[in-house]
Amino acid sequence: MAVVTVDEVASPPRRKKGGSLDRPSLREQAASLAFLVPGAIWLLAIVIYPAVVTVKDSFFNETDTKAVGLTNYKNLFTTAETLIAFRNNVIWVIIFPFVVTTIGLVLAVLTERIRWATAFKTVIFLPVVFSVTASSMVFTQIFDTSPQVGVANALIQTVSDWFSPPGAYPLSPGTTAASLASYGATGGPHGTVVTTSAVNAGSAVKIGLTGFPPTTFQALGARQAVLPKPAKGDIVGVVWRDFSANNPTNTSSILPGEDGYPLMHLSLLNTHGSPVASATTGGGGQFVFSNVGPGAYKVSVDASNFAAGFGAGGVGVSWLGGQSLTPTGGLGQTEQALLSVPLVDISMIIAYLWIWAGFTMVVVGAGLAALDRQALEAAKVDGATEWQTLRRVTIPMLAPVLVVVLVTMIINVLKIFDIVINMAYNTSEPGGQASTLASDVYFKGFTNGIHTGLASALAVILFVLVIPAMLFNLKRIKGGGS
Amino acid sequence: MTTATPPITLETNAPVPTAIAAPKAGTRTVSWLHAGRAVLNIFMVVVALLWLLPSLSMLIISFRQAGLFETSGWWNVITHPLQWTLYNYRELFSGGPGSTVPSGFRAGGALDSVRTSLEITVPATVLVVAVSALAAYSLVFGRWRGRNIIFLTIVGLMVVPLQVAILPVVEGFDDMGKTIGWNPYGTIEGVVIFHVAFGLPFGIFLMRNFFLGIPKDLIEAGRVDGAGEWTLFRRVVIPIGVAAAASLAIFQFIWTWNDLLVALVILGADPHVPITLFIYGQERTLAANFWIISTGSIVSIVIPLAVFLGFQRYFVRGVLAGAVK
Repeated sequence: MAVVTVDEVASPPRRKKGGSLDRPSLREQAASLAFLVPGAIWLLAIVIYPAVVTVKDSFFNETDTKAVGLTNYKNLFTTAETLIAFRNNVIWVIIFPFVVTTIGLVLAVLTERIRWATAFKTVIFLPVVFSVTASSMVFTQIFDTSPQVGVANALIQTVSDWFSPPGAYPLSPGTTAASLASYGATGGPHGTVVTTSAVNAGSAVKIGLTGFPPTTFQALGARQAVLPKPAKGDIVGVVWRDFSANNPTNTSSILPGEDGYPLMHLSLLNTHGSPVASATTGGGGQFVFSNVGPGAYKVSVDASNFAAGFGAGGVGVSWLGGQSLTPTGGLGQTEQALLSVPLVDISMIIAYLWIWAGFTMVVVGAGLAALDRQALEAAKVDGATEWQTLRRVTIPMLAPVLVVVLVTMIINVLKIFDIVINMAYNTSEPGGQASTLASDVYFKGFTNGIHTGLASALAVILFVLVIPAMLFNLKRIKGGGS
Repeated sequence: MTTATPPITLETNAPVPTAIAAPKAGTRTVSWLHAGRAVLNIFMVVVALLWLLPSLSMLIISFRQAGLFETSGWWNVITHPLQWTLYNYRELFSGGPGSTVPSGFRAGGALDSVRTSLEITVPATVLVVAVSALAAYSLVFGRWRGRNIIFLTIVGLMVVPLQVAILPVVEGFDDMGKTIGWNPYGTIEGVVIFHVAFGLPFGIFLMRNFFLGIPKDLIEAGRVDGAGEWTLFRRVVIPIGVAAAASLAIFQFIWTWNDLLVALVILGADPHVPITLFIYGQERTLAANFWIISTGSIVSIVIPLAVFLGFQRYFVRGVLAGAVK
C-alpha cells in the first residue's frame, strides 16, 4: 500500500479553518476505510503478493532452490519449444482481434437495419455465454478429419464431388491403376489402363483387372463375365475380374465365378492415342464400340473410374493435425518453423470468432446507439451513400469504442488457453504445433509436479505483454473523468 | 463506458432509422430499397443460421444413437428421422450399477460435476458481489485519502493474467497445510478463494461505477444525521445498488461456471470436478466417447444459458461495463 503514502506526499493535507465536517476525524476515516479491508486483503494475498513471488521465482531454478539469474529468460527466447509458443501468440494477436472487431462492426451496423435485431443479436451472442470448453468440443467435431463426422470436410467433399465425382472403383491410397491390370492390358498415361495389343473392327478384347474386393462391384450389380460376339464393324470386349478362387493360377480365361466390372467408362483410342469413341460396361463387364472405322485401335479404361475423390476412407483435411502453411526457399529449419502458420491455429481462430463475435457486436452496437444521430442524418441529407456514411462518419466517430474492443480482444488472445488445450489436445503441450504462452505456463508449471523457474518466467512475460493494455485502460479511465 | 453504463441491452436497440426513403425518392428508388432490404434480411438469416449450426449440431449429436457418430454425420437426421434416442441422457444421468460411464452423482459423474460447478460458482459469486460492494462503497463514499490511487491500482489489476499468480498461490496453499493444518489445494474452497481474488478487480470497478451515480448528498445528509457507515451502506447504498449487484452477479456466475484453468490447476487430481473439467477429462481419456462429450457439453450449458436468458439485461450491462476485462 505504499501508493497511499506517495499520494499523501504529493498532496499534503490542507488544514481548513474550523468545520470538522470537511476534515473527517481519524475515527471517521477508519470507519469508511474498514470497508476496503476484505477486498484489499484478498487482492494482496492472492493477486499482488503471489505476482511478486512469481517475478522472484522467475530468477530461480525449477525447484526454487537456487538463484540462476536470467537463465530462465535466456532459455525462453532461445529454445525452439517456447519460440513456437511465441509464434502462435503472434499469429493469434495479429489475426484474431482485427477480424473479430471487423465482424462485430459489420454485424452491429447491419442489425440496425433489420426489424428482428433482438433475435439476431441473441443468436450471435449465445456462444459468449457457453464455456470455451464446450464450444471447443463443438468445433473439434466440426473440424473432424472424417467427412462422415466433420461438417468442414463434408462440405469440401460435397463441392469436390460436384466438380470431380469419385469413380465407381476408387483406388485405395498407395495403389496405382497400372497395378490393377492382370491380363491383356497395362498401365496407360494419366492413370488409365490400356490394352496391350492393337485391334481392328470386328474383334473382341479381354481386359482382366484385379485388386478390388468383390463387395465393390457386387454392389454395382455385377454378373458372371461374358465376352460378347463381335458384329461386323464393331469392337467388343469385356472388363472382368481375372481371378477365381477355384483356379487362381489361370489368368487368361474367363472362368465360371469370375464377374464382370459394370459401369466402367472406356475410351477407344486411335493410333495417336486420342479418344474417338466411348462406352460403358454392362452388368457382365461387356462393352461395344459400334461402327468403328478402319485402322488399329486400343481400348482404354478411363482414369475417372479409379478416382478416389476427396475424403476417401474417411480422411479429409486434418484441420486440427500437424499441417501448416510453411514458407519455403532459402530458410533454415528453425526459421521455417517460426514463420509457418499451422492449420490448427486457423481452425481455432475460426472457432474463437464464432465465440466472440457476439461480444464485439454488442459492444460496438452500444457505441453505435450512443452516436450523434444528427451527424448521420446530416450526411444522408447531403446525399452521402450508406457506404460513404459508414466510412467517413460512423467509423471515425466509433473509433474510441473500436479501439477498446480491439484492446480487449488483444488481452483476451494473449492469454489464450482454454481453446488450445481443448481443441488441439494433441499439439498443445510445450513445443506442440498449437502451444501458446499460457498453455506452456500450465504444462511446464503444473504437470508432473510443480516447477517454478521457467513457468514463472513465462508468466512474467505474459504479464509484461498485457502492460501496454493495462496502461491504455488506466489512461482511458483516468481521462474519462471518474 | 467508463462511467455508469447506459442501460443498453440486446433488447433495447437504438431507434431503427426508418425514414430511409428521401422525400424526393421516386418509386424506382423505393423498389430498389425494398430489394436491398430483402437481400439484407436473407443475408442476416444466413448468418444467424450459420451461428446456430454449431450449437445445433451438438444438440442433435446428444440425441442421436452413439454408434452412428463415426459413420454418419449428424446432418443425416434430415433424411433418417428415426435415429433419435434419449439413451445418452438417461445413461449420463442415471447410469446403473454396471454402467461404465461417469454418470449420475457418483464421484466424477456428470451430475456430480454439475453439483461441483454450483458449489464453486455460487459462493464465488456471492463473495465477489459482497466484497466488491463493500470496497466500492469505501472508494466512492469513503473519507480517506488516496482513494483514486487505490482505484487505479484496481483498474490495473483487472487485466493481470491469472497465470502470474497461480503458481505461488498453489504453493502457498501447501504451506497453509503445513502450518495451520488446512490446505485449500485440491478443495472447492481453494478454487473459490482464487476465483474471488480474480473476480474482485472487475467487481469493484463495476460496483464503483454504479455507486458513482448515487448522489453524495444522500450519504452526507445521513452522516450529518449521525448515521454510521454500516447503516448508510445497508439502508441507502444497497437498495439503490441492487441492479448493479445483479449485473455483477450474473457476470461473475457465468465467468466462474465456464472456467477451466483454475479448476484444472487446483482440482485436477480431485475425484469431484466441475463440469468444464468433466468434459476436458472425457476428451483426454484413451477411448474418448464423443456422445459423453457432446451430451456433457449440452448439460454444461443449460444453467448458464438459463441464467443468461433470464437476466439478459443485467448480463449485457455487465459485459458492456467490463469491456476491459
